[in-house]
Amino acid sequence: MFTRIPRLTLIDYMIFAAVIAAVAYVGYRVETVLIYTWDWSVIPNYLFRWDEGRGSFVPNLLIKGLATTIRIAIWTMIVASIIGTILGIARTSTRLFPRLVSWAYVEFIRNIPPVPFLFLFYFFIASQIIPLLGIDEAIQSASPETLAVAEFFFGPANLMTNFAAGMISLSMMSAAYIAEIIRAGIQAVPKGQREAGQSIGLSHIQLMRYIVLPQAIARVVPPLAGQFITLIKDSSLVALISIQELSFMAMEIAISEQRFFEVWIVTGGMYFIVCYACALMFAQLERRIGVHRR
Amino acid sequence: MIDSADQETVIVMTGVNKWFDDFHVLKDIDFNVRRGERVVVCGPSGSGKSTLIRCINRLEDHQQGSIVFNGVELGAETKQTASLRAEVGMVFQQFNLFPHLTILENCTLGPMKVRGASRAEANQLAMEYLEKVHIPEQGEKFPSQLSGGQQQRAAIARSLCMRPEVMLFDEPTSSLDPEMIKEVLDVMIELAETGMTMICVTHEMGFARTVADKMIFMDEGRIIEEGPPEEFFANTKNERTKLFLGQILSH
Repeated sequence: MFTRIPRLTLIDYMIFAAVIAAVAYVGYRVETVLIYTWDWSVIPNYLFRWDEGRGSFVPNLLIKGLATTIRIAIWTMIVASIIGTILGIARTSTRLFPRLVSWAYVEFIRNIPPVPFLFLFYFFIASQIIPLLGIDEAIQSASPETLAVAEFFFGPANLMTNFAAGMISLSMMSAAYIAEIIRAGIQAVPKGQREAGQSIGLSHIQLMRYIVLPQAIARVVPPLAGQFITLIKDSSLVALISIQELSFMAMEIAISEQRFFEVWIVTGGMYFIVCYACALMFAQLERRIGVHRR
Repeated sequence: MIDSADQETVIVMTGVNKWFDDFHVLKDIDFNVRRGERVVVCGPSGSGKSTLIRCINRLEDHQQGSIVFNGVELGAETKQTASLRAEVGMVFQQFNLFPHLTILENCTLGPMKVRGASRAEANQLAMEYLEKVHIPEQGEKFPSQLSGGQQQRAAIARSLCMRPEVMLFDEPTSSLDPEMIKEVLDVMIELAETGMTMICVTHEMGFARTVADKMIFMDEGRIIEEGPPEEFFANTKNERTKLFLGQILSH
């Protein structure tokens, strides 16, 4: 395939020049106004540290925090997608009750900022829901092998209840937004598709399962990708409720080492890599789905 | 239940009325279809033709009167409605093939999920009907890769795979290019020759002459005229029918 080489016009050059000038100006201001001695030497040690006992490098706080962020993001995506899909279907129901419940939930969450929501619901979830799940008992009675597997999926055993509470809080929040995306997707499937499904005798559930949802989800991959990336970034908010993920660790290190810019620049970079990787994966998925669509 | 003497009648509509909000779409419809009968419904747009046949497979509800299909009265949507719909095939103006499934999968979905057929049985059945509509080689393709005529024939095959007792056609050729209309009509004529009970809403009067046992003319929600095609085309007494036929037969 030929790629057309873009022709640059005068306006393009002017925009380039303006951008370069702006970047140079910011760099100049930082250099002259900001009296700051950069010291990047503390960073590597917080990524990996040398373990004398094992005689090898082991992940330190920042990498551990990143692992927790990735774990919490993936679990939240799964749980929020399930709750969000159910709520999204409920919002398109012909019955009033499911529609009302779902509507109330979505509006309630959408109109409260994440910080108050997390503070309020974390304490409710941690004190009421988590004991019901029986995580502590499960950890105590688990064999070392199962515990190792569980630690791979959910992080260190002593922080697992904490992790679960943070993950459930985040999922409840994201589910509301995913519900709206799924609802829009379901409503975008043409009426004729349902009618065709009905005319071959599919039941209501079969219609959803085989006709409506596959088409709805294919349509909402782009907004869903955006929501997942928002979710990864929002996971930094659970630092407020002491979940030891990347932002929490960064905050601790920045304070104890007094190296704010270096730590937060590296942390920002780590989030960027995770989010961008997620975006690329979804772009790939979108292309795959797009092959047979009109 | 009706007795065996009436078994020949598949659909009985008596005094059917339907409203879309304030709009009275169907007015006192009395209409019977015998097994194996081919009915062609025509009339100006907005006359309620489509609504009439959509009431038969419950895509629309009626508010008054009764519709009896195979001795069962059709009413509000229940669990039975789905199994009832499976006995009535429907072909839409816009084809409505499932774009995320291949042609073969479009045809096997119903038999597998509704009739509980195995994949092998369903595939065999689908290939049999795809051959009947002359597109056996298109099975692995997606609907968007087919021409309009091929898509409509695939949609006919999808309906036939349910082995329905009655086939409903809702303006099946109205969104097709002229050169593709014939291939779809040919398939419908072949289907009629197998003795299938058919109700077609169409403006294809050539097709109607060839196939129909009974013509129905509708206007403003009423059945204005009903009769065998020879009579209907040659010496209709009704002014509105004459006007309508004049308009669509003049070119």
